[in-house]
Amino acid sequence: MTPLLLLQALLLLGLIVTAVLVIAFKDLLSSAIAFAAFSLLLALEFYLLQAPDVAIAEAGIGAGLTTAIFIIAIRGTKRYEEKD
Amino acid sequence: MNMTKIVRTTADLFYPFCLVFGLYVVLHGHLTPGGGFQGGAVMATGAALLLVSRRYEDITRSLRQNTMKLCEAVGLLMFITAGLAGLFAGGAFLYNGLAGAGGLFGEPVAFGANPGGLNTAGLIPLLNIAVGIEVLGGLTVILLYMLSGVKETEP
Repeated sequence: MTPLLLLQALLLLGLIVTAVLVIAFKDLLSSAIAFAAFSLLLALEFYLLQAPDVAIAEAGIGAGLTTAIFIIAIRGTKRYEEKD
Repeated sequence: MNMTKIVRTTADLFYPFCLVFGLYVVLHGHLTPGGGFQGGAVMATGAALLLVSRRYEDITRSLRQNTMKLCEAVGLLMFITAGLAGLFAGGAFLYNGLAGAGGLFGEPVAFGANPGGLNTAGLIPLLNIAVGIEVLGGLTVILLYMLSGVKETEP
């Protein structure tokens, strides 16, 4: 197994872990930060797959702007998810 | 809601670097990965950093909705003007008459393997700059409108 393949396997594992964390957190601010980490790992994966153009767009939109929009939305509503 | 002083200072520190990096991505759009949309999104991320760390009343002193709307309109107008100029100069919409003409962005591309000159490609850098201005204005207006609707409940 080459080092590049190992790195990609680790990245995919990290993607799954962060995606599960986004759903599992009851604190929605933590959930938004986990989503930013997911986007950053996805951008790194795009770069390794030799699509740097898509990686820049993903890092800018996914990790930056979407997180800002989520944080503003959390400010306007409640921070913690309620149990029903 | 104001965030803590640590968040505010970090956002202030990162803001100029985000703008400069976005401008770099926009200006080198015809040579390296990236371009108008990606660079504009990076610049808007810098503005988003400022936006999430402050109250809406404090932010409107430095980032106004009207300025950002003007940015959006100017970017679109630049793009259409560049396209129509090609229509009148060369007979086709977006005709690239500037490439290799010796003027602005008009240097001929060197033969063989080379790192690429910034002053080449004619119309394409101009279109990248137009799209960059437009995307910066559009995305920042979206964030400003969202923030203006948030009721401040906490002291």
